[in-house]
Amino acid sequence: MSRMRLFMQRVGWPRVIIGLFFVLLVVASPLLGLKLTDVVSDVLRRWALFGILVLAMVPGVQSGIGLNFGVSLGIVAGLIGATTSIELAYRMGGPARPWTELGIAFLVAIPVALIFGWAYGHLLNRVKGSEMTVSTYVGFSAVAFSKIYWAVLPVKSGTLIFPYGGEGMRNTISLEGTYGGLLSDPDVTANQPGILKWMAFRIGGVSIPIGTILLFLFVCFLVWLFLRSKSGIALSAAGENELFTRSNAIKVDSKRLQGTILSTVLGAVGIIIYGQVYGFLQLYAAPLYMGFACVAAVLIGGATTRRATIVNVIIGTLLFQGILTTSLPVIQRLVPQGSRLSEVVRPIVSNGIILYALSKTKGGNQIEK
Amino acid sequence: MDGPPILSMKGISKEYFGNQVLKNVDLTVKPGEIHALVGENGAGKSTLMNILFGMPVIHTTGGFKGEVEIAGEKVSIANPHQAMEHGIGMVHQEFMLIPDFTITENIKVGREIGRPTLFSRIFGPAMDILDRQAMRRDARKALSRIGLNIEEYVKVAGLPIGFKQFVEIAREIDKTGIKLLVFDEPTAVLAETEADRLLEIMKMITDQGIAIIFITHRLDEVKAVADSLTILRDGELVERARTEDVSVTEIAGKMIGRKVERLVELSDTCRVCDMETTALELENFSVDMPGEQVKGMDVSIYKGEIFGFGGLAGQGKIGVINGLMGLYPAQGDAFVFGEKLQLDKLGDALFKGVAFVSEDRRGVGLLLNESIERNVIFSTMQIHNRFLRKLGPFKLLNRKQAKKHTLDMIELLDIRCTGPQQKTGSLSGGNQQKVCLARALSMEPEILVVAEPTRGIDIGAKKLVLEHLVKINEELGMTIIMISSELVELRSVCDRIAIVAEGKIEQILPPDASDVAFGLAMSGMSDSVALEGGQA
Amino acid sequence: MKSKKKTNQSEVSQADIQVIDGTNPLKASLDWMFNNKVMLLFAALSVGAVLVSGISMNFVVSNILTRFARNGFTVLSLLIPVLAGLGLNFSIVIGAMAAQVGIFFAIDWGTIGVPGMLVAFAIATPLAMLLGFGVGRLFNKMKGAEMIAGLIMAFFAEGFYQLFFLFLLGGVIPVKTPSNVLAGGVGIKNTIDLTGNLKYALDLVKLADLFLVAAVILLVVTAFKAVSSLKKKEAFPLKPAVFLFLSAVLYGVTFIPGVGDYFKTDRLPMISAIEIGGLITVLYCLFKLIVNWRRPAEGFKKTRYLVMILAAAVLYGLTYIPPVYDTIKSASLAVLPFGLIAGLCVFNRVFLSTRLGQNMRTAGQSQVIANASGIHVDRVRVIAMMISTVLASWGQLIYLQNLGTFGTYGAHTNVGLYAIAALLVGGASVQKATNKQAITGIILFHTLFVVAPDAANTLFNNAMLGEYFREGVSYGVIALALAMHAWQRKKKPALEVPE
Repeated sequence: MSRMRLFMQRVGWPRVIIGLFFVLLVVASPLLGLKLTDVVSDVLRRWALFGILVLAMVPGVQSGIGLNFGVSLGIVAGLIGATTSIELAYRMGGPARPWTELGIAFLVAIPVALIFGWAYGHLLNRVKGSEMTVSTYVGFSAVAFSKIYWAVLPVKSGTLIFPYGGEGMRNTISLEGTYGGLLSDPDVTANQPGILKWMAFRIGGVSIPIGTILLFLFVCFLVWLFLRSKSGIALSAAGENELFTRSNAIKVDSKRLQGTILSTVLGAVGIIIYGQVYGFLQLYAAPLYMGFACVAAVLIGGATTRRATIVNVIIGTLLFQGILTTSLPVIQRLVPQGSRLSEVVRPIVSNGIILYALSKTKGGNQIEK
Repeated sequence: MDGPPILSMKGISKEYFGNQVLKNVDLTVKPGEIHALVGENGAGKSTLMNILFGMPVIHTTGGFKGEVEIAGEKVSIANPHQAMEHGIGMVHQEFMLIPDFTITENIKVGREIGRPTLFSRIFGPAMDILDRQAMRRDARKALSRIGLNIEEYVKVAGLPIGFKQFVEIAREIDKTGIKLLVFDEPTAVLAETEADRLLEIMKMITDQGIAIIFITHRLDEVKAVADSLTILRDGELVERARTEDVSVTEIAGKMIGRKVERLVELSDTCRVCDMETTALELENFSVDMPGEQVKGMDVSIYKGEIFGFGGLAGQGKIGVINGLMGLYPAQGDAFVFGEKLQLDKLGDALFKGVAFVSEDRRGVGLLLNESIERNVIFSTMQIHNRFLRKLGPFKLLNRKQAKKHTLDMIELLDIRCTGPQQKTGSLSGGNQQKVCLARALSMEPEILVVAEPTRGIDIGAKKLVLEHLVKINEELGMTIIMISSELVELRSVCDRIAIVAEGKIEQILPPDASDVAFGLAMSGMSDSVALEGGQA
Repeated sequence: MKSKKKTNQSEVSQADIQVIDGTNPLKASLDWMFNNKVMLLFAALSVGAVLVSGISMNFVVSNILTRFARNGFTVLSLLIPVLAGLGLNFSIVIGAMAAQVGIFFAIDWGTIGVPGMLVAFAIATPLAMLLGFGVGRLFNKMKGAEMIAGLIMAFFAEGFYQLFFLFLLGGVIPVKTPSNVLAGGVGIKNTIDLTGNLKYALDLVKLADLFLVAAVILLVVTAFKAVSSLKKKEAFPLKPAVFLFLSAVLYGVTFIPGVGDYFKTDRLPMISAIEIGGLITVLYCLFKLIVNWRRPAEGFKKTRYLVMILAAAVLYGLTYIPPVYDTIKSASLAVLPFGLIAGLCVFNRVFLSTRLGQNMRTAGQSQVIANASGIHVDRVRVIAMMISTVLASWGQLIYLQNLGTFGTYGAHTNVGLYAIAALLVGGASVQKATNKQAITGIILFHTLFVVAPDAANTLFNNAMLGEYFREGVSYGVIALALAMHAWQRKKKPALEVPE
């Protein structure tokens, strides 16, 4: 009995409840007439969608800057990369070369993210103790100012441009025909040559975006390797105990900067993969609250404001996105007007989790006064 | 000064988790007198005061035995508020002042004078309007009682430290019915002129009938103003006397004196020393560590010595190690085997063959959430790139090597644990200390600097840790620098002991020097007594 | 021990206390500029935008006045949490939500005008108190992280608000007026027009009515005090009786034909406001000067009051300059909202002089010291949040009745963002916020707000850019203020009492 109790104490009641709730939803779906294969496909898709974005939380938390609400900064960098890639492809003309475009998106996004992350990291180093509040508003500002960039940039590509106004980018940019679905949509991969055909496939009606999942796991592996390297071990120490770290001749500020830059870069990479899975890039106000979704996911997975592991990311994203996905159709079947209900429940659940986690791990070091 | 004692504490005993910190102590203070309370750190002074003030830490750890009488009446003080009601006030070492408030507001904090309004009839006194005129009058009165002529509407923030302390004092004497004030090491933060002024103020206060308990280690101050004194040692009352009846040397000796058991035969001292080689040399070494300032220290430590740093808390001995580690800014020169340390480069000493065991093992010495293995190999991994394996751009942890090394260390130091993967946070204090030691030894240093090696460790384990250090010194010829507030410990293993007072080395003494010599050195008085011809 | 002459007085010499360098005006003004850089930036941007877009100053001024009346109260409700050490109250939106619940029911039950507002008020206030209590308790569990907690709380509450309006109302909770409900039968429609019921309910209150209300309140207060002092056998209270007499006189005056019309208005022309304001200021300063002529209370600076008289005179004189006159001649102030804002300013000030206010201030400066001085820190913080939330709800009531439309799901969305940004622009910080900063901030912030879209249109042919810009700047200002606050805390450890 006490092993059970130990387990409950470590995992925490709310997480157990959420886990059970998720299972409940999955079980309830076929009972309400929903196809289980559709449900599983949706869950896998949402998991792949957010995976890398949630992973971006880990380097930040481990290095001591807390939960990176300002990952939207990295997301903006990623979107800059993606849109630049589309514009370049248009200017160069010729047939669509999806893999090249994907590559260019990364090639542009990552340096931009490095620069953003560097500046952001320096700011966070000056505001020790208030990182979370500052990062939230830095993220908001980044998204707000990015709107100006999207609206003003003289792009020519038809995909990007506003249909009627003719100037500035449109809100949603389709990636159909380029790298949309290349690693996640069986209908798209079916037309790909050779091994690329297997980047996503259907088994018994369940659509598995194996390409994206493998990519996600690979990036997780890279991060894992980093955290086991000399530099990564030093980074984790910096987030856990500043004095200890300094007493070992390691500059804590450098480690925090490193963590912030990594987090921003992962945010950039993450949003490009997100676009790939989703099939669309969403500009303007869309990334405003994405940071909160990432934070909630990693907290559900077991992370705290001071420690986050890759397992937290994998499990948390699955649980969080899983619940959000499965609840919608279930509620729709149970309650009239159900569609908006799940939208309403979403902020309650995700913010409730964040509040709970904050109230558990606050007190002591971080003084925001 | 007639009538019943204003304060009489009789037969006070207190234990913390099996550790007896006060044994049958008496304290008597007559009305209107200045009574000094002297003793080393750990003698029990703060615990005694905590009991007097009814601090929660006393009640939550099992209370205390004995009786407290105020003005002849038995009292039971359950919290600081009750202490105040009985007329006892405290001037803390770290001021309880709000910088942005005026002097008046600080003097009156929590006890503001108000006039009732319409709303107070409904909501209670919280809605009274503050009567600032009345408060200013009270503040002026309190300030003039200690002879201060500052504008009471000035903000505290800009005042020099001495004045801040006076505001603190004014606040206490403004409280109605104050009969006894406790001053806890008040001159520690003051410059000399400010300290003199403080002593004058103390006399003014007692002239007005308020008694003072004066906790200090500066025996010259005790002689200057105290009427009587109580000496505590190891939780026991050593003596209560009138100041004029004892000399400074007697006080010093009684503070220190206890039996010392040597772990290393005196004749064997320095058997592995190499007097020709200087392991560590400090020249005009200063460290800016709040509370443990080092102000220009000079010392040469030989290779193979076991060298001790002793002295009272707050005098600077802890600052030495923290400055060398780079945790606090340091100036001056430090040489390790002749090589100059770059004091502004974080942790330069680590690269030059020095390893540290910090006095704060939980706060600085360990990653409590990580395994023993991670902790043990951390320093040498980061500094010397050991236990790593290259994989592409990454230098990855070599688990196999790390595990083997950790197991070796566990055996070597006899660390009681479930295995190298156990989180250090769940180990006992003694074993945590051993992990810190293991981490330092894994660096294979030339010089090992250990601060408070046996703090918080039970008696049995203490001896083992010290024996181990001696063994390392003998077998490896390692120079060991030991910093400790337990003089007994230092006297039991060290070849030489430096006593630090007021941020400088007061004296370097052999372990068998007299108790008096140690006591005087710790009070920073060895020079003046010598000048006055030995007997003061 | 050195022997010293026994002195009874320790004189504080000038050398002991650092003299602030007031002798270098250039350095002083540069310092001032640096400390207020955000304010100056906003002013510069606004001026630039006005020049670029060529908007008429008339338009700008009347717009600013309207927005000031609409948003001022809410911004002022942020001051007390700052005082109590809770930082910027990002949960202010919760108070707004309470107000909206009140407004909805007032409309639904068909109440209009001032009674309608009173119904809304009667519902919103207890609700806001309850919610403020909850938020305060939560903050006590998260000491040190109140701001981020407040942020998240706001989003969290948003979910419940939507739940209430979208699923409970019209379904589980009956709605009286079917036209308010969405097509599906459950949930409230997106926009409710307030014209004809609550629009301008407060704006239209006449000055004369206010005098009547004030007179009645004073009558009650005086009676109460008279009774209680008779019971205690004290002297009859003089001050309230004088005020009562004055207000009775004023009310009576409104009956005189010519003068009466002047007071029966609900909008005070700006010019009159300046005249009256200037007159009151001058009278007040003269009063203070006369009282303190012989024996000045300490801290009393004659120059300050003389300067105030001069400023009032100058301001009045300015209105005679033609371009200035043209700009403001058509501007007018709605009496009640401005009165309420003025009242809140007074309240904020007076509150500081109460024991509760001082306790809050102490708790805000140092919880350790407050605790040691016997102040119930947790309770005081909860009270601060309750007051702030209630005030925020009243502010939202004022806002909505002036706006005239109730956007059920969006009216409260940016309340926190804009109010806090405005406060910060005025020079307030996480630790210190004053009435003056709030007022300055609202004016500057909303000026930029009004002129940015037009300027962007002129410059880039794209009005949306102006909106994006002001939105980005709002967020940016908060990020900047938070960063600066954290930065400064690191630089000042020497002066702070270790906690």
